Amino acid sequence: MPDKKILMGGNIAIAEGAILAGCHAYFGYPITPQNEILEHMSKRMSEEGRVFVQTESELAAINMVYGAAASGCRAMTSTSSPGFSLQQEGISYMSGSELPGVIVNVMRGGPGLGNIGGAQGDYFQATKGGGHGDYKVITLAPASVQEMMDLTMLAFDLADKYRNPVIVLADGFLGQAMEPVVIRKAVTALPEKKWAVSGTKGRQKNIINSFEMDPAAFPGRVKVLLDKFDRMQKDEVRFEDINLEDASIALIAYGSASRAALTAMNLARSKGIKVGLLRPVTLFPFPYNAIKKLANKIDRFIVAELSAGQLIEDVRIAAGTEMKIDLVARYGGAPMTAEDIIEAIEKAM
Amino acid sequence: MTGLESLKTESTLYSKPESLADRATHYCAGCGHGIVQRLIAEVVDELNIFDRAICVSSIGCTVTSYNYFNFDGLESAHGRAPAVATAIKRCHPNLVPFTIQGDGDLASIGVAEIVHVCARGENLTIIFVNNAIYGMTGGQMAPTTLIDMYSTSTPGGRKPDTSGYPIRMSEMLSTLDGPAYISRVSLHNPANIRRAKKAIKLAFKTQLAGLGLSLVEILSPCPVNWKMDPVKALEFVAGKMTQQYPLGEFKISDAAALLKKDL
Ligand SMILES: Cc1ncc(C[n+]2csc(CCOP(=O)(O)OP(=O)(O)O)c2C)c(N)n1
Repeated sequence: MPDKKILMGGNIAIAEGAILAGCHAYFGYPITPQNEILEHMSKRMSEEGRVFVQTESELAAINMVYGAAASGCRAMTSTSSPGFSLQQEGISYMSGSELPGVIVNVMRGGPGLGNIGGAQGDYFQATKGGGHGDYKVITLAPASVQEMMDLTMLAFDLADKYRNPVIVLADGFLGQAMEPVVIRKAVTALPEKKWAVSGTKGRQKNIINSFEMDPAAFPGRVKVLLDKFDRMQKDEVRFEDINLEDASIALIAYGSASRAALTAMNLARSKGIKVGLLRPVTLFPFPYNAIKKLANKIDRFIVAELSAGQLIEDVRIAAGTEMKIDLVARYGGAPMTAEDIIEAIEKAM
Repeated sequence: MTGLESLKTESTLYSKPESLADRATHYCAGCGHGIVQRLIAEVVDELNIFDRAICVSSIGCTVTSYNYFNFDGLESAHGRAPAVATAIKRCHPNLVPFTIQGDGDLASIGVAEIVHVCARGENLTIIFVNNAIYGMTGGQMAPTTLIDMYSTSTPGGRKPDTSGYPIRMSEMLSTLDGPAYISRVSLHNPANIRRAKKAIKLAFKTQLAGLGLSLVEILSPCPVNWKMDPVKALEFVAGKMTQQYPLGEFKISDAAALLKKDL
């Protein structure tokens, strides 16, 4: 019998995914277009006997995630772009202190107050560290309501596996989308956290920090982090490839832009144009190798993003300076249609 | 007094609390932070909460205060210790988290967090060390710096027309309904240090009884940044600081007041 599907909103799928993953504490501050996560959690976390706090700011929210994570609990906050900017210091502290935790950013148009339309303008901020210092954060990019649930669950596992925060980077269009979802099984066994600050009963004391009084001692601690980021790049790259075997043009897009790209690819194929799609699911670690290999056998990349040329920089790094790469950019909260991409494909022919 | 206590103290007059780590601190000579840490350690020992206490350090001279206790502790970003402590307490109601925060941390960058931890009446303890200066960064003006007081960023003394007025945090926070206990004490002589310890103990007992937020503001000398010798610094606390920041209880719930009898 096929799994039963339930019609669900993207933001709700994130909230339910977190609950299924054993998220014990949620902290958030209202901001459109992700308010449904906060509102849904306010009801569901108390039903589950877990912790919910509507915080005074996104700063407080991320620092509560820090505290909950330090004490050994799975914890999450969700926000949208301006709030995500405020959380960068806290995310840097979490990475520096080797604390797991999940940060959901349902991106909207920016810079500044921007607008509440969906966008992908926080790509650099999410994938390149974003806050101060040398750190990286695994960034997962869902492209469907099902993935809003599944990647939120994966985020908690990866956070614990690496003792590092993980970002779920969605956008306002996906947050508001309604699609059928298969509800996953709840996680029952959570990893033990011997390092947590949870009271010294029966053991030596634990300390959580990102600081070394001795200046000579800190580079060694950063090196431990850097080795971890290398392992992520080696072991955690995830992407989807469709119709790339015989393609002469490869579309590269993630999140809701990849939905437009998929439709454009199908339209182009129906006209006999050999187009394929590579959809990164992890934005950090980025699928550099897959794109590099692809560059050897296709004629051209077309990058479609809801930002003004951010994703394309990683594609350029992977494909090299000689490769032809076109950009289809919609920014400032404007949606992208398949026609926008078809136009670029036809121009490239 | 039964008379038996004095018999006991004949053998051990003064010893290091179990909860206090056996190591040197980084605090300057004449600084009050070391005294505060010792008082907390004594209270943790006396209340037998060694395996439940969590030190939430903040950014300032107390940045590594977790190093000087033998129980669990962690760092928090500048001003955010109350948020960190909130999460720990909500996730583990049996733990006993407390923050140690300076005046820059609590009364400037962390104002939103301290107001809201009080407004929510979180069942945790705030130890607020007010030395009227940014110690760690080398003596700049703090929100609590007195009018006409020298700092490296008010070289002619703090003037209200350009730098505003010092903030009385305990009085301000006492207007909120959430806190169960707020008091201000001082470290300028042994009698006041003993009173400070009682206040700290009452604050922890308030948390242990589940009565809500407890906050102790401690006036503390910073001779190095004040550019005074340690004795002058204590006189400054006793005279000038207590004028601006009167000692006493600003808020105590009926239930918390009952805890006083067996301090
Ligand atoms: C976001 C941020 N801003 C500024 C600093 C620099 N900083 C470190 S300690 C400190 C002042 C601390 O003063 P106070 O809270 O009064 O504590 P004290 O050092 O006097 O004990 C500042 C501004 C920082 N670490 N982080």
